[in-house]
Amino acid sequence: MYSFDMERPTSVADAVKALARDEAQPLGGGQTLIPTLKQRLAAPSVLVSLSGIAEMKGVCKTDDGRLSIGGGTTHAMVARNAGDIPGLASLAANIGDPAVRNRGTIGGSLANNDPSACYPAAALATGATVITNSREIAADDYFEGMFATALEEGEIITEIRIPVPEKSAYMKFEQPASRFALVGVFVAKFSDGVRVAVTGASEEGVFRWTEAEEALSANFAPEAVDGLSVSGDGMISDLHGSGAYRAHLVGVMTKRAVAAAS
Amino acid sequence: MTNVTMTVNGKSVSGEVKGNTLLTDFLREDLRMTGTHVGCDTSQCGACVVHVNGEAVKSCTMFAAEADGADVTTIEGMANADGSLNVIQQAFQEYHGLQCGFCTPGMVMSAAALLKENPKPSEAEVRDYLEGNICRCTGYHNIVKAIMAASGQDVAAVAAE
Amino acid sequence: MPKDHGIGASPKRREDVRFLTGAGNYTDDINIHGQAYVHFLRSDVAHGTIKSIDTSEAEKMPGVVKIFTGADFEGVGGIPCGWQVTDKDGAPMKEPAHPVLAQGKVRHVGDPYAAVVADSLEQARTAAEAIVADIEELPAVVDMGKALEPGATKVHDDLDDNLCYDWLFGTDTETTQAAFESAAHVTTLELVNNRLVANPMEPRVAVGEFSRANGEHTLHTTSQNPHVIRLLMGAFVLGIPEHKLRVVAPDVGGGFGTKIFHYAEEAFCTFAAKACNRPVKWTSTRSEAFMSDAHGRDHVTKIELALDKDNNFIGVRTDTKANMGAYLSTFASSVPTWLHGTLMAGNYKTPAVQVNVKAVFTNTVPVDAYRGAGRPEATFQLERVIDKAARELNVDPIRLRRQNFVTEFPYETPVAVAYDTGDYHATMDKMEELIDIPGFAARRAASEKNGKLRGLGINCFIEACGIAPSNLVGQLGARAGLYDAATVRVNATGSISVMVGAHSHGQGHETVFPQVVAEMLGIDESMIDIVHGDTSKIPFGMGTYGSRSLAVCGSAMVRATEKIINKAKKIAGHMLEASDSDIELKDGQFSVAGTDKSVAWGDVTLAAYVPHNYPLEDIEPGLEETAFYDPANFTYPAGAYACEVEVDPDTGKVTIEKFVSADDFGNVVNPMIVEGQVHGGIAQGIGQALLENCAYDENGQLLSASYMDYAMPRADDIPHMESYVVDHSCQTPCTHNPLGVKGCGEAGAIGSPPTVVNAVIDALHSGGHAHVSHIDMPVTPSRVWAAINDQ
Repeated sequence: MYSFDMERPTSVADAVKALARDEAQPLGGGQTLIPTLKQRLAAPSVLVSLSGIAEMKGVCKTDDGRLSIGGGTTHAMVARNAGDIPGLASLAANIGDPAVRNRGTIGGSLANNDPSACYPAAALATGATVITNSREIAADDYFEGMFATALEEGEIITEIRIPVPEKSAYMKFEQPASRFALVGVFVAKFSDGVRVAVTGASEEGVFRWTEAEEALSANFAPEAVDGLSVSGDGMISDLHGSGAYRAHLVGVMTKRAVAAAS
Repeated sequence: MTNVTMTVNGKSVSGEVKGNTLLTDFLREDLRMTGTHVGCDTSQCGACVVHVNGEAVKSCTMFAAEADGADVTTIEGMANADGSLNVIQQAFQEYHGLQCGFCTPGMVMSAAALLKENPKPSEAEVRDYLEGNICRCTGYHNIVKAIMAASGQDVAAVAAE
Repeated sequence: MPKDHGIGASPKRREDVRFLTGAGNYTDDINIHGQAYVHFLRSDVAHGTIKSIDTSEAEKMPGVVKIFTGADFEGVGGIPCGWQVTDKDGAPMKEPAHPVLAQGKVRHVGDPYAAVVADSLEQARTAAEAIVADIEELPAVVDMGKALEPGATKVHDDLDDNLCYDWLFGTDTETTQAAFESAAHVTTLELVNNRLVANPMEPRVAVGEFSRANGEHTLHTTSQNPHVIRLLMGAFVLGIPEHKLRVVAPDVGGGFGTKIFHYAEEAFCTFAAKACNRPVKWTSTRSEAFMSDAHGRDHVTKIELALDKDNNFIGVRTDTKANMGAYLSTFASSVPTWLHGTLMAGNYKTPAVQVNVKAVFTNTVPVDAYRGAGRPEATFQLERVIDKAARELNVDPIRLRRQNFVTEFPYETPVAVAYDTGDYHATMDKMEELIDIPGFAARRAASEKNGKLRGLGINCFIEACGIAPSNLVGQLGARAGLYDAATVRVNATGSISVMVGAHSHGQGHETVFPQVVAEMLGIDESMIDIVHGDTSKIPFGMGTYGSRSLAVCGSAMVRATEKIINKAKKIAGHMLEASDSDIELKDGQFSVAGTDKSVAWGDVTLAAYVPHNYPLEDIEPGLEETAFYDPANFTYPAGAYACEVEVDPDTGKVTIEKFVSADDFGNVVNPMIVEGQVHGGIAQGIGQALLENCAYDENGQLLSASYMDYAMPRADDIPHMESYVVDHSCQTPCTHNPLGVKGCGEAGAIGSPPTVVNAVIDALHSGGHAHVSHIDMPVTPSRVWAAINDQ
């Protein structure tokens, strides 16, 4: 790793101040950033650790019935405390491994927006709101492609506010080595319709499968997806599967998510 | 350089660390506690697992500065007070849950974290919990057996042989 | 009642206590006062000409001790290959130079071309970034077929082409051809044996030291065979005589073959320690390991099996291209030939077996032995083609194998080896019992109810272990003997240190070897310690690989212990005033046959060192004996494996639902450790079959360069306990070594890959996908899906 300083603010305000320094970079749980630093693929002058900010941790219900999750909440805490959204709790319980889940955070994952990460599917499928130190961003406006988001330099995700669906489930087909999502599908059924978000598959990152949403809004049953397909064009094609294979898995995982939704 | 103080295996320790000093490096290089191992650089193998404030973490993927004030337990702190092997360590020996020993510290630390959360895990739960601990020698069979035995379950009744 | 001590018992491992408490001493745990750290600059292109390397800026960077390039190593030798293979035309194989640091050209991604030694590792890395290397990228050859085409880019400019050797072996062409011409049926299969990375969990480490006081070099290294490293590095690379070179391999975190070989980094640290006058340490990262540890397997094969009208095997013909990578690693040339061709008869009495192997240079990491080394490749192709033949002929695959088994021993194969003993029907019987073949139909039906396809795969195999008779391997091109050595040092009070040439890096020698000596002497195992891994402490040793430790080094230890017993009986005879031929040793007591006169073990050992009442005119004082043991033949462990898989036709995912192994390892000294070895081997075999794939793109870039893309088997990839049995109750003892042991370290990795693939194909056929006759390993979900959907 290159040399850098470490700051450990205890409030969002102090963190924002620290991030104003030249080449400053926020450090969430570090489960992606630290391996990147080891490869010398990033050279921050200072890392601003967010793990000491108590106000960014925890899961609670808001007055309007949404689930509020602090940006610094670890996957393990989400898995334990997001039972109102079973799909989200099980998603969090299956990210990485237990030790990773004890460090990695929902805010860090959403800020990184790895095309194979799980949380983006949950955020997009539930129509969550990403709340930062300076504004609120709707999930539909937040994800801007692989590793790209609407976040500005120095902006911190302090909270994610998630509407509670009637039913939800996340189905992940794991890439055998990394165990990230080769394809992951989050299905969320609300009273006014169904949203389906797909991660792992597209070169553009997480996306909504609107065709399936329409079919499932009309009939929330696995067979409603029969006959629907996404195109293999624009899908990631690599050592672990072709674009066509990923496109096929989108259908399979969607059906399974619908079947499992609770 | 910043000064960090933490409790390691019940003993208070302090040291000067750089911003980029990993917790593993602090343990291995500064404290010369070499039981915690490094087997990869992508946070996957789990040879470096320690407990920080009671939770399993990968010490190669956490900075020493972030452990300032924390309570850290490593493999060196796992034996009973009289120096004898604790119940998990004993089970690993009894069931031949280790061969070369390199992944073993991380395995024992993960096993201890699992049994704290889930005192009587099913076999599937044990296997699932070990997702972040890679062993190349044992084929896991005897590790799983050892962990289940350490939880007080009768593995002889389950195993086919 | 199982034994509680000695041969056949399963005492708890004594090495476990230090490993379970963090008290192991691995090479990276060694820090020597004043040590500097080296960072290697490695090529990021697969093939290129080094136009210039400018180190001037880097030399001024903080902490830099010295910077090395290929020019610094022009005066020393290259990394040698230990086995000379002869071409079918009688010409020796081509042996290109393999410099410690690249000279003139880089030939694979990861090829080191410069090294920075600095006070800290981060300083070395930072300085390395200031080195300006002008490397002109050249076209790379990655695919072996393309590498052999006329006019292909050459990996080594001084060679005519990329062919290392073209080796033809076994039955002559005319006889083989006649067998195929007379065949009622010929089954042909083309397949790939996938390239693997051994991935011991401890990455390689080397720490070099030099003492100006006595001119002695010390290398601490993660090696399976410190004496071999001393021999190769001392004699061929650095020109250091043995008495000035000590090689220490302390606790080593797994090897699996990849820590046999002498590596450039070892030579570098030894050389640089003297040049810098400081200890120099290198610790590989896992990312570095992927591009610098020798890889394994990587064969492309066409095999043909000829059968007569009664389904008897009458001919096997196989044509393999074996990837050597960019340079010849230590044993690379022997793996596809003498460890592969010699096994192509398998368990079968096929009269004509012909093997052709073309070894090919490519712009990839060198390929060498990995657990099983050659034998998994032989077994895979033979057992896959037999399975295919059974399907084509619509005969039961178990029956087809049984009718062709070798049943009379010794058996001379057409491929140079002679099996001393075995009982292949016995292991097959055991396997059939364990897998419960009658219950399979019901289990298949249950899987189908859940939308899954269930398949049963079976497989038989034989291996040649206990490597190896020196005179034989000498004729075959080995440049070393493959005996081993042990010294039994009995101390005055009766405790014993046994210095053994075999190195233990997970195998449990520290527990198992004392079981043998204790049994022979009738004393407590706790009185015996094993010393290994240090050339300054042990007489000699060829190391640990090829399932040889107990069969070869253990035999040396038995011979040395027999010498101890003989001498001790003479001393006891003197003490008891009886002829030594009348002395019996039992339970640690020497007694005169037929009398109640006896002396204890400790009395005799004390007399040897305090020879006040001692036959000094006949024998020397002291009680220490050394034996070298050179095996008379290979050993031939064999087995029958079976597994059941479920295939999810929607995703292509394969899960192993049941796995059984029935092995014949001859006598077993410690059943617990034998079973552990088989578990580990099977996990690696399952890894090869379903998960692991070391892949390059067409430019020679490594695609599977970390655990993010190289899938290691994990706990949930292995079948659950209630449906997993490893059995070794079929025992035909080896006829030519004193313990009757055959070796168990590699069996699992050899026996399991075809078992798994055979089961997958069976599952797909049951689901109506009869057009799928083969899927190359690893049988990943995407490959299964593509196969059943004709993608």
